[in-house]
Amino acid sequence: MPDPSNNEAVRLTGIEKSFGGDDAMVHVLKGSTLQVQLGEMLLLIGPSGCGKTTLLSILCGTLKPDAGKVILFHRALHEMSNAQVTKYRGENIGFVFQQFNLIPTLTVAENVAVPLLINGMGHRRAEKQACEVLERVGLGDRVRTKPGKLSGGQQQRVAIARALIHSPRLIVCDEPTSALDKETGAQIMDLLRDIANDAQRAVIIVTHDPRVYKYADRIAEMEDGRILRETVGRGPIAERYLTAAH
Amino acid sequence: MFRLALRMLFGDHGKYLMLICGLTFASLLMIQQSGVFCGLMSWTFASIENMRAPIWVADAKLDQVNDSKPLRDTDVFRVRSVDGVAWSVPLFQGNLQARQIDGTFKQILLVGIDATTFAGAPVQMLEGSIEDLRLPNTVIVDDFGRDRLAEGLPLRDGEKKSRVRLGDVFELNDREARVVGICKSSRSFMGSPYVFTTYDRALQYAPPQRKMMSFVLAAPVDGQDATMVARRIEKETGLRAFTEAEFKKSTVMWYVRNTGIPISFGTTVVLGIIVGMAIAGQTFYTFVLENLKHLGALKAMGTSNLKLCGMLMLQSLSVGVIGFGIGALFTYAFALGSMKTQQPPFYLPWYLPVGAFVVILCICLFAALLGIIKVARLDPAIVFRA
Repeated sequence: MPDPSNNEAVRLTGIEKSFGGDDAMVHVLKGSTLQVQLGEMLLLIGPSGCGKTTLLSILCGTLKPDAGKVILFHRALHEMSNAQVTKYRGENIGFVFQQFNLIPTLTVAENVAVPLLINGMGHRRAEKQACEVLERVGLGDRVRTKPGKLSGGQQQRVAIARALIHSPRLIVCDEPTSALDKETGAQIMDLLRDIANDAQRAVIIVTHDPRVYKYADRIAEMEDGRILRETVGRGPIAERYLTAAH
Repeated sequence: MFRLALRMLFGDHGKYLMLICGLTFASLLMIQQSGVFCGLMSWTFASIENMRAPIWVADAKLDQVNDSKPLRDTDVFRVRSVDGVAWSVPLFQGNLQARQIDGTFKQILLVGIDATTFAGAPVQMLEGSIEDLRLPNTVIVDDFGRDRLAEGLPLRDGEKKSRVRLGDVFELNDREARVVGICKSSRSFMGSPYVFTTYDRALQYAPPQRKMMSFVLAAPVDGQDATMVARRIEKETGLRAFTEAEFKKSTVMWYVRNTGIPISFGTTVVLGIIVGMAIAGQTFYTFVLENLKHLGALKAMGTSNLKLCGMLMLQSLSVGVIGFGIGALFTYAFALGSMKTQQPPFYLPWYLPVGAFVVILCICLFAALLGIIKVARLDPAIVFRA
């Protein structure tokens, strides 16, 4: 879907990726192309095995493409060294994982502070900041709790707080509602929608859950390693796409 | 991030305790067994420590102080005639049975020293005087013998435990031996108490042989090097001469070569290392495997490989230091107990715990390495896989 904007957050062009040896090579991505704007919430959907997660990994720089270009905030990720990509990722991307990936032996505040610690902030300052972010996601009273004592929804809120704390410009969510019930899932999506409303931030969500489509500004549907079609969602900036299309 | 690494480790109580236990056990085995080995070896040269002399001269074929290949009486004069020798005196050392007043027998190590110079006399007297050895039929027993030679005897006034007192009498080879002194001494390898008397009287106590003198004790003249003089004695007399240090080393090496003691203790120490390595390596590797998802998440969130490796190293080394510390404390408690009872022998030169610490650190580095290899190969995209 064309969207010539100066607010480009992500641009993937002709991404190809294969796994396995010569005999059993699987072409997972076959020239995928995708753009995401700042202030936009994009849903990446498609059947299992269509390459969503691989595309997401390449977009984050955790996986190198065999071919194609990965531009993240006007920087070519595919031209950077591993160390540069790791540092760039730490500064610019926040992650929300399907299984939350909270460290069970740390408190909620310590878990949330991790990205700041990675970026070199001192422990006390990072934890103080973590408490503030936890307040924002409604968990200000659970900062000293271990993640194991929280409900699934609360754990996902902690994960979102962790993704937000270092003010990244891109939030990447992998199936953020799949482990949650309907009501909790809706709460989480409301929270993510709020985050995406920030014009300086983009949110990309990989999901199988049709209940969350309504939150998206745009939905990219993948099939067989390619972006099959993109549809305008019902999010606040969806209007821009409709205007551009006309 | 390093504080985080420690919190991750300490929070996993099961693995943490397992690691600490493994490394504590390994440290304890290594230090304690090495200490007992060294203690046992120090018993082998107890005679050299109890009868101090700069140079020991023995039969040309003798390797260790507890062996006996008697010399001719004239060898004392031959040694004395060597250039650089200040003095030389005869020494008798032999095992005898002491018959106590109640008729029981106890094995003793009889030492006969030169009555004129008292060269080779015990260094520290606890009771009595060394000069009293010049009185007829007198002996000095060591502190171990004070208890050992009184075992089974009835308690006397104010005694909680039977002990030999000055003036007590026992028999050596049907001759009277009256105790005139108690001295401090190192324990002998065979566990017999030392009984000191004059050389001439020792020859009367001991069963007669054609040659009776066990060693010649000698000293270099002031300013001469004992080693040089010892070599000169060997060259001119054809006997074997040792400095104190040489004789101790030769004695220890004889036991190392001719007994199964080092193999026995060495096996235990090696087992300690293997057990420590297996427990620490396996547990730490499991800890890393169980945390792989979290380590992957940290990697995805921007933690470099180098920092993750540093975190693993810190985790591993911290359990190493704590495990070693506890192991060393247990060894210290053991050492205190052994110092009280003198059993089992225990001697811990500084380099043994240092060596054990280095081995523990190597075990930890090995354990960390297993995790580091795994983490270095870890694909951060693992976090996107359900």
